[in-house]
Amino acid sequence: MTTDMSAPPRRTIHADRTVPTRIPALLKYLSLLLASAVVLVPLVVVLLTSLKTESEVANSGPLSLPGDWFNFANYATAVEQGAMLRAFGNTTLILVVSTAGTVLIGSMTAYAIDRFQFRLKKLVMGLFLLATLVPSVTTQVATFQVIDELGAFNSRWAPILLYTGTDIVSIYIFLQFIRSIPLSLDEAARIDGANSWTIYRKIILPMLRPAIATVVIVKGIAIYNDFYVPFLYMPDPELGTISTALFRFKGPFGAHWETISAGTIVVIVPTLIVFLALQRFIYSGFAAGSTK
Amino acid sequence: MTVVHNTRAEGPAADRRSAPPPEPAPGRPRAGRRRRTAALTPWLFLAAPLALLLMFTFLPVADMIGYSFTDWDGISPARSYVGGENYTDLVTRPARFEVFVVSGFYLAASFLQIALALYFATVLSFNTRFRNLFKGLLFFPYLINGVAVGFVFLYFFQPDGTLDTLLRLVGAEGRHLWLGDPDLANPSLAGVSVWRFMGLNMVLFLGAIQSIPPHLYEAAELDGANRWQQFRHIIAPSIKPIISLSFILAVSGSLAVFEIPYIMTGGANGTETFVIQTVKLAFQFDKVGLASASAVVLLILILLITWVQRRLFPEERVELS
Repeated sequence: MTTDMSAPPRRTIHADRTVPTRIPALLKYLSLLLASAVVLVPLVVVLLTSLKTESEVANSGPLSLPGDWFNFANYATAVEQGAMLRAFGNTTLILVVSTAGTVLIGSMTAYAIDRFQFRLKKLVMGLFLLATLVPSVTTQVATFQVIDELGAFNSRWAPILLYTGTDIVSIYIFLQFIRSIPLSLDEAARIDGANSWTIYRKIILPMLRPAIATVVIVKGIAIYNDFYVPFLYMPDPELGTISTALFRFKGPFGAHWETISAGTIVVIVPTLIVFLALQRFIYSGFAAGSTK
Repeated sequence: MTVVHNTRAEGPAADRRSAPPPEPAPGRPRAGRRRRTAALTPWLFLAAPLALLLMFTFLPVADMIGYSFTDWDGISPARSYVGGENYTDLVTRPARFEVFVVSGFYLAASFLQIALALYFATVLSFNTRFRNLFKGLLFFPYLINGVAVGFVFLYFFQPDGTLDTLLRLVGAEGRHLWLGDPDLANPSLAGVSVWRFMGLNMVLFLGAIQSIPPHLYEAAELDGANRWQQFRHIIAPSIKPIISLSFILAVSGSLAVFEIPYIMTGGANGTETFVIQTVKLAFQFDKVGLASASAVVLLILILLITWVQRRLFPEERVELS
């Protein structure tokens, strides 16, 4: 596994077959097309529905096309009444602070563990290792009490603390990467009189840039998509994030599928843009993140 | 703070740049002169991370074990010790075990998911037109917000909705309560889970397949091996570790399902999972004691599964240092 963002050159296995095997190739493309349809149809139907009027939704089938392809009225309703701008604001704020926190925490931990010899180092490493085994869904009952006692319940601090404080995977990504930064750089700086903090800030942190990119992407997407934490810790509608604001569509818009669909598309589009822009990094980032 | 410390190896081995998959650092000889301040430095860097780790991972685990022996409701200051009552309560009420049946659906679905992922990863590793397009399409669902996925499929599964209409096109008449009928609800939800997570497995497998040296295929071609033989004897053995890891994650993942059923059915119609049950116990019925006991059981199950994995596949051990 490599956390290096410069992904290995894409390799295709060329089969130089003189006799083209037609039928397997046909089946191969058929299966790929079928799978693509399975992925796309549910999404496209929601896109179509989001462009329909209320009566179109009520009177025609889900696969029918909207009468006016530029009917964005549902989007206006969804964004205004669903308070989605506020939700984007909240999510962005939480995302930026937590991601920055994760990068700092993860890189500092990796720096301390990789670059220093100290007593109890084995114990510290053991604690982090043990923490990877504890899935956070299992401990929410008690985590909730900790957050409550800190007075962070129903505030943006709750998700920020939890996202920053419970991300062991990022620490691993940084640890993997920091080992490839040559020690001679540290030593040279130390000879020039730099102290540990300066070395961390001026040498290690900049050199960790590829790992930081990985962590920011994986963490950013995870936070944007997280439902559990904001739902449990921030019941106040004012503090709605993208996930909880969309979830609250369920009540007031009950059967108004055109509005719910518009809200859903509003949530998916940013993800699509980020995916198209950062495809390569996203693949390698998730490969690095999920095998830990 | 000018800390000079000589705890580094001062040898020529210092440059470890060369190998991109960083090998574990060789044991660094300690220099004798260590100063007090130098010994303190790592702890300054570790203070915040360790505080967070203890506060949000270890303290909750300890608390949870403590709560599980009480009848606490989560609000009142009073709680009394009830011994193992919560645990006997969990074990003796058969209704509580229905959640494991539900997990069974997700587990079965994740086997299907791994099989599909393996197929598509193999197909895409061979020379295929539009492979990046297909790869992107199949992976994208994994990135979509869970609530959005829930709504997309709530609409998809509506009676007379998309799925019924599509089935009618191929001649299967009928109006199904895909999420309302207890016989259909769990398979439908598990299907959503396959739709959502297959792409991740596929990308992981694809990454592993692409790191197989191409000369192996060339040699196999020369020996007249067909695609199936190549898969069977080259691809499958090379990516065995990641496949077995996926199976283990599938088992613990199917115990921890929450989002999709909670968003789509709220746990109604026999779709309640272990985590939904625990969350409801704790936050709706104020039975924090019982919920903690239930969470402890889940934690122990997952630790057991992980332990089995480490025993069976020691090569996947997460290595630190």
